[in-house]
Amino acid sequence: MTDTRTITVTVNGKSYTKDVPTRLLLSDFLRHELMLTGTHVGCEHGVCGACTVLLDGRSARSCLTLAVQANGHEVTTIEGIAPEGSNELHPLQQAFQDHHGLQCGYCTPGMLTTLIELLRDNPTPSESEVRSAISGNLCRCTGYQGIVEATLDAARKMRA
Amino acid sequence: MSERLVGKAIKRLEDPALLTGRGRFVDDFHLPGTLHAAFVRSEEAHAKINGIDKSAAVALPGVHAVLTLADLPKRFHAMRMHGMPNPHVTQNIMPYVLAKDEVCHVGEPIAIVIADDRYIAEDAAALVMVDYEPLPTAGDCRAAMAPGAALAHMNSPDNIAAMLHFGYGDIDAAFKNAAHVVKENLFMHRGLGHSIEGRAVLAHYDTFADHLTVYTASQGPHAAKRAIVGMLDWDEERVRVVALDVGGGFGPKMSFYAEQIVTVLASLHVNRPVKWIEDRREHFNSATQERDQYWDVEMAMDAQGKILGLRIAMIHDKGAFMPHGTILPHISCTTVPGPFIIPAYKIDCSVVLTNKPPVAPVRGAGRPQAVFAMERIMDAAAAKLGLDRVEIRRRNLIPAEAMPYSIGLTFRDGKPLTYDSGDYPQLFDKVTKAADYAGFAKRQEAALKNGRYIGIGIASAIEGTGLGPFEGATVRIGPSGTVTLLTGAADQGQGHATTVAQICAEQFGIRPDDVRVVTADTAAIANGTGTFASRQAVNAGSSTHLAAIQVREKVLAIASHILEAAPSDIELADGNAIVKGTDKKISFRDIARAVTGQSGFALPKGIEPGLEATRYFTPEQAAYASGNHIAEVEVDIETGGVKVTNYWISHDCGVVINPLLVEGQVQGGLAHGIGNALLEWMHYDADTCQPLTTTLADYLLPTADAVPKALISHVVSPSPLNPLGVKGAGEGGTIPAPAAIISAIEHALTPFGVHLTQAPVPPHHLVELINKGRRKNSGLLA
Ligand code: FES
Ligand code: FES
Repeated sequence: MTDTRTITVTVNGKSYTKDVPTRLLLSDFLRHELMLTGTHVGCEHGVCGACTVLLDGRSARSCLTLAVQANGHEVTTIEGIAPEGSNELHPLQQAFQDHHGLQCGYCTPGMLTTLIELLRDNPTPSESEVRSAISGNLCRCTGYQGIVEATLDAARKMRA
Repeated sequence: MSERLVGKAIKRLEDPALLTGRGRFVDDFHLPGTLHAAFVRSEEAHAKINGIDKSAAVALPGVHAVLTLADLPKRFHAMRMHGMPNPHVTQNIMPYVLAKDEVCHVGEPIAIVIADDRYIAEDAAALVMVDYEPLPTAGDCRAAMAPGAALAHMNSPDNIAAMLHFGYGDIDAAFKNAAHVVKENLFMHRGLGHSIEGRAVLAHYDTFADHLTVYTASQGPHAAKRAIVGMLDWDEERVRVVALDVGGGFGPKMSFYAEQIVTVLASLHVNRPVKWIEDRREHFNSATQERDQYWDVEMAMDAQGKILGLRIAMIHDKGAFMPHGTILPHISCTTVPGPFIIPAYKIDCSVVLTNKPPVAPVRGAGRPQAVFAMERIMDAAAAKLGLDRVEIRRRNLIPAEAMPYSIGLTFRDGKPLTYDSGDYPQLFDKVTKAADYAGFAKRQEAALKNGRYIGIGIASAIEGTGLGPFEGATVRIGPSGTVTLLTGAADQGQGHATTVAQICAEQFGIRPDDVRVVTADTAAIANGTGTFASRQAVNAGSSTHLAAIQVREKVLAIASHILEAAPSDIELADGNAIVKGTDKKISFRDIARAVTGQSGFALPKGIEPGLEATRYFTPEQAAYASGNHIAEVEVDIETGGVKVTNYWISHDCGVVINPLLVEGQVQGGLAHGIGNALLEWMHYDADTCQPLTTTLADYLLPTADAVPKALISHVVSPSPLNPLGVKGAGEGGTIPAPAAIISAIEHALTPFGVHLTQAPVPPHHLVELINKGRRKNSGLLA
């Protein structure tokens, strides 16, 4: 019953070739095959946004994507956001700490990937644009305010 | 003392790891040889089980075992999950760890499948055939109270689990002497916890060490360990429970669940690590949750609008089982008086069993319902007497001079309900000024001219926080010179590590991130209670403070000995003890080494080995935090959509340790309250008790565009009950929010004469009421 395929996926700049069951979710592939456990799973039905990664630069729900669909594509996860080889955080990550944009941190990977896409496409978002960008990402802890403030602050700093 | 850190908005120590994907949540652990579990769960809300056929599941390649109750060790065949004994409870029914011959709610675990991976485990779970004989269900808790109603448990005499009665004063006289009596019939539905991380267990029975380690997403790892040790009848040293990063709790992760012990038993059965990760549907159907309360409230007032007495009958839906006994309805019953002087009070509460998942605290824990009841009846009284809603409340507030103020009830901590400190009139002034309450009528009038319906509402709450029995902290400086802090205070996002590091670092003149904090590991500290009832700032905070002072004193004593200076002349800074005004100093590392001694040599006289202290703080009673909310809303009268446009909170949680974290708790709590006011509704089919909202697309959580920024003002009334003067802050953002928002909606819809008696108020409900008002206004309806 377990039909498998060989796939090659580039994750955070590194290429991986693996045999995977065709029904394996991309989220499980990242978390349990590549041990990149920063991507979180909150609902597995596409609503909470915790599992959001960038697939060829565009936000995608890794719980609604099969690993085989990522074959030949590039994935960026939370582990790939901070500048490589340094202890520094990405300006958005730093702003999350500065503005208390996370509590339990479980929604955070999906928030960050979603907002990185936003800031790339729209470096000067308004508050309501930030809110609408993350309206598909649920956070049960923060009440969103810290996340919104962090994003606006990061946008300012990234423009400077 | 060195620089004050308590009170500062220190950035969180927890963040860097969580921001870079280096969190350590249970499902992030990959122990070699781990097998994966899925549960077979009841598809029926109430049924007899006549048989279970697991042959097809067992035959599936990759399946290691399928265990039903009969397959578990004998001692589990008659053992039920532990309830909370209480003399008022007549039916303290708890489930077996797996269903025996009866299931009482959809989602009740019946069997566990252990397989190579979760995919196979779920395939196999679907192959387990359960022969159900459906039984009538008890759905609506009001109907379930009636004699002859369908029974939630087939062998019960009825569905009443407990009757609670509270009161004081002469209630009959209050109503006899009343100038006015107001009545309301209210319904409040509360929803689920819905931490974004579900429950999770990784049980690792190490055959070599004969030792069990359980990683679990829990608010109370020590409580979980006690439960596991008790159920297995093992000694404590063979079991360790750890809760590293936990992705939100909000109450449900405080319960100890059948899934936890069964995953442990599975690991013992296969002699390998076994992991179970809850999925969202399981959270809907088997995590503890809150639910319905029906309130009949009557209030007696004098001619000036002063309260004379309050008489209430309340029905509480407890679901199928009794986890945490009756503490939830107990809290509801004793929260009603809030900041008001109520000379006479009587409440009778029926706790009713139904065929829905078991009910236990969710953030707010029965208080939002009580506040809703109190504030709705105050609004009704204001309307009846023609008084402004704020004015009538002011007339009834407990004055600051009356503190400490004894209500006349017993709180759920078993102690008299006595507010330790607070200034409720000041909270009122602050929030009404901040919101320009006085100017709202003009704003409303102007909006109405433009066809916009805006309204304002107010509600307040007093919350018993920092409950006992205790929490502990060990502060230790080892030969590395690092200050280590060990506490049982489990964190699910509150930032406890930062909070306790601040308290600890302050005593040693170091930075908070120099403190190595270990929380929620039973191997780190022997005793612990857990994180609930907004209790850890008080409990873990105070025990950290006491332990840190004790170690600091020892550091000073030894440094004074070595540096030959009086302890009062020594200051601690940057990991050194320094003789003030000199360059004479000794590092913590050398001090720690001095008290370690040399092998075979005696320590100097009077010196005890080690730099270490463990202190357990045991609060004598709850510390009462207080807060006041004002909500401004706009209602779209065509769609019934409600936007919370502005929100003000005045808040008093005593001394604030870290304002960043406290405001984060309040803001996050508000989001939960908005969910309870407008969105979160767990629907069940009325006849079959089948859950109808089992995805986050059906059951709606508040999103970023639904939650405004709470404008928070602080009042600080230090608690006299603990050395830091703190009170809890975890739930004050949630508790009064539904009451304030619903009052604001009603106010916005005054032109339609809308009267709101329930929470949440979904759009279709509002549209119905608006249309009724329209028909009435146009003379179509009498
Ligand atoms: S886990 Fe993918 S959207 Fe929730
Ligand atoms: S920080 Fe906990 S869910 Fe967002």
